[in-house]
Amino acid sequence: MAFSEDQQQFADVAERFFGDKSTPTEVRRLMASDVGYDAEVWRQLAHEVGLTGTHLPEAYGGFGFGAVELGITCQAMGRHLYCGPFFASSVMAAHAVLNNGSEAQREALLPGIAAGTSIAALVLDDLSDPARVGMSIQADANGRLSGAAQLVADAHVADLLIVAARAADAVALFMVDAAQPGVKVTAQNCLDPTRRMARVQLDDVSAERLGNGPADLSLLWDQMCTALAHEMVGGAERLFETTVEYMKMRVQFGRVIGSFQALKHRCADLLLELELARAATHEAARYLATGAGDAFAPNLAKALASDAYISIAKQAIQLRGGIGFTWEEDTHLWYKRAKASEVFLGTSNWHREEMIRRMEVAHGG
Amino acid sequence: MADDRIQEIRDEVGAWLDAHWDVRRSLGEWRELLVEEGWAAPAWPKAYFGRDYNEAEAAAVAAVFYEKGAIGAAQQGPGRLASHTLLVHGTDAQKRRYLRPILTGEHAWCQLFSEPGSGSDLAGLTTKAERVGDKWVINGQKVWNTSAHHARYGILVARTDWDVPKHQGISYFVIDMHQPGVEVRPLRQMNGHASFNEVFFSDAEVPAQDLVGSEGEGWTIAGTTLSVERQGFSQSRDGGRARNLEGPIYDEYRQELAIALEPYTWYPQREGRVDLLFERAVANGAIDDPHVRQELAKAIGLKRAAQLAAEAAAAKRRAGQRVVPEGSVGKLAASVIARQANHVHTLISGPQALLAGPDSELGGIVAEVLLSTPAISIAGGTDEIQKNIISERVLGFPKEPRFDTGPFRDVPRNVSQTGKQEG
Ligand SMILES: Cc1cc2nc3c(=O)[nH]c(=O)nc-3n(C[C@H](O)[C@H](O)[C@H](O)COP(=O)(O)OP(=O)(O)OC[C@H]3O[C@@H](n4cnc5c(N)ncnc54)[C@H](O)[C@@H]3O)c2cc1C
Repeated sequence: MAFSEDQQQFADVAERFFGDKSTPTEVRRLMASDVGYDAEVWRQLAHEVGLTGTHLPEAYGGFGFGAVELGITCQAMGRHLYCGPFFASSVMAAHAVLNNGSEAQREALLPGIAAGTSIAALVLDDLSDPARVGMSIQADANGRLSGAAQLVADAHVADLLIVAARAADAVALFMVDAAQPGVKVTAQNCLDPTRRMARVQLDDVSAERLGNGPADLSLLWDQMCTALAHEMVGGAERLFETTVEYMKMRVQFGRVIGSFQALKHRCADLLLELELARAATHEAARYLATGAGDAFAPNLAKALASDAYISIAKQAIQLRGGIGFTWEEDTHLWYKRAKASEVFLGTSNWHREEMIRRMEVAHGG
Repeated sequence: MADDRIQEIRDEVGAWLDAHWDVRRSLGEWRELLVEEGWAAPAWPKAYFGRDYNEAEAAAVAAVFYEKGAIGAAQQGPGRLASHTLLVHGTDAQKRRYLRPILTGEHAWCQLFSEPGSGSDLAGLTTKAERVGDKWVINGQKVWNTSAHHARYGILVARTDWDVPKHQGISYFVIDMHQPGVEVRPLRQMNGHASFNEVFFSDAEVPAQDLVGSEGEGWTIAGTTLSVERQGFSQSRDGGRARNLEGPIYDEYRQELAIALEPYTWYPQREGRVDLLFERAVANGAIDDPHVRQELAKAIGLKRAAQLAAEAAAAKRRAGQRVVPEGSVGKLAASVIARQANHVHTLISGPQALLAGPDSELGGIVAEVLLSTPAISIAGGTDEIQKNIISERVLGFPKEPRFDTGPFRDVPRNVSQTGKQEG
């Protein structure tokens, strides 16, 4: 898919911003920090560039762009391993509000998220399959919530929680003020310290239901996975480029290692994987933006992006040899993001199953 | 006959241990006694603290030590590489001076082979040794040096001649690590451990008598060291048992082991921990997922088949048949197994794989697997190098054309960190 001129310009702005603000040195500093993100960069990202509201309607303080532009933002973030609550707040929580919130609730919640002044986290008690969400958090008859979720992205810095909980009629979404007593958030020790997870415990907390229907988890999952696939493609792209670059410099046996045919062919295979993942990922964004295309597009995107990212991350280490396994070299930062993203929002296996299930549905089966 | 001899040895060492083994002794005192009597390294020559025993005889001694819970010589880590190499190539003076404190554990050693610029192509090393009067002056950098921060001495390969082809210009030295020209810095890996070091030489000195073998013979001698390394760090059996025994000498010994083995705590994880997979899948219900079952079967099956292949190769070797090339197939198999195990651990964990550290699955062991398996296909020779060996030496394919056969000075190589080529 070719970007329009405006989209290309947008991509250039995002690339410049993250290339500048999210250098490996900065990523390492934030990895080691308590909160895991830089408040000043977050402010610039929200105010100066306006990225936090990329995809949110103008009526709620956003840019009014769609899934394609959100994808562009995420791809740039993934390239540079941006550390911050963007994915949790602007992608996960904002889509939940947009999908399920009443007009009044959208007006109340989205402008803060779009402006970056409010950080929201989406509390899902299962990150592997939307059908399993809502087992561990319950809403009582008065709409008060109790239960726990182990893995909530960026909950430790959120002021607003959007919680998926089982109500009498269905699994529904609720908004919860994170500052109230009864909400306990504990930062977790993460395999990938560039995206933080926290445990959220709710003990009889007051909450307001978003809309009055069931949570539209299927649409939400598609939106999140499409954005995540863009992040992964961005990360894979960057790792692949630096690996190829390294192979053109590194000499062993009197020749650059990139002259060994076995390694050249391996890189050609990786490029193929990457290109297929990129195409599928951009198609998923177009599908969400237009509604036209295969319903399984987001699943295909997540599955291919995940597999490509893992393949490239493994080879990025292997093709660097020993230095690739060191802490000092940056490759492992992306490897860890690849591993963590692999199990975030459904494994490739789950997405392939889902893809076939959706084909069966379309087939009338 | 042979059995009588073994029994004789068992009786002798048993009686000796009954008379001398005492858990109240200090470890140092005990080891001195062992060395004195030749029990520290019975397979070594009589002239150098040993008893000229063959493999079976030495094994019998080790077995009796094990049965009686007696502690043997210090044999962990790179000291073993040094002692075996010196036994083969060292001068009489070198053997007298260096072997004994290795056996007693007084001196730890390190191996100074790999360099930032030369890993697969170890013979392309550029650490320089220049003869100045009765000394060698060393400049350059080494990397991946286990235990260098504890080491009293190192075995070092360095370039002494830049005008001959690369393998011919290398010499082998013993270097004193406690001198101003040697700087040791810890090297941290992506799994968070710092199990290695980088070692920097700036005008470090080696006395002429610490050249091992003759000038230019270093590559051959390094071959001896590497073949010892390939035989693996067989942790002496008494080590395993002494962990659970009580007495002052065991406490001292456990401390020594803890320091010596600390760099290796994550080694089982880098192999993938296939042993944990089935139980984990049963415990968390992942075993019900048909896809997990397939992948699990692949991992466990690969591991089992590799064991069987290794046993078959060992049997062939014992029968005096050729097994070529030593280890390469097994090493490749280990990489495939580790990668598959990483994959299956990830599938079993699902989103729990997002976590690491003591509160994560199995106290962090699973996360450590996910972050350690990439080492297996690099350490000790990369998979690609193993495949070159297999394709050329087993399958008989023509060798790659070479670009590095002339005088080393003219061979293209990596630009060093200071921005200029060495030499
Ligand atoms: C965990 C760990 C432990 C280690 N322990 C030790 C140790 O105890 N002692 C020690 O001396 N060293 C040790 N090493 C170093 C190790 O031996 C080297 O890292 C390894 O041999 C690769 O060398 P390199 O890092 O220089 O990579 P390079 O040689 O630069 O390799 C880069 C890439 O090029 C490929 N390549 C190179 N040559 C060829 C070729 N001819 N054909 C095809 N592909 C090729 C490699 O396979 C690799 O994928 C250790 C390394 C690690 C990661």
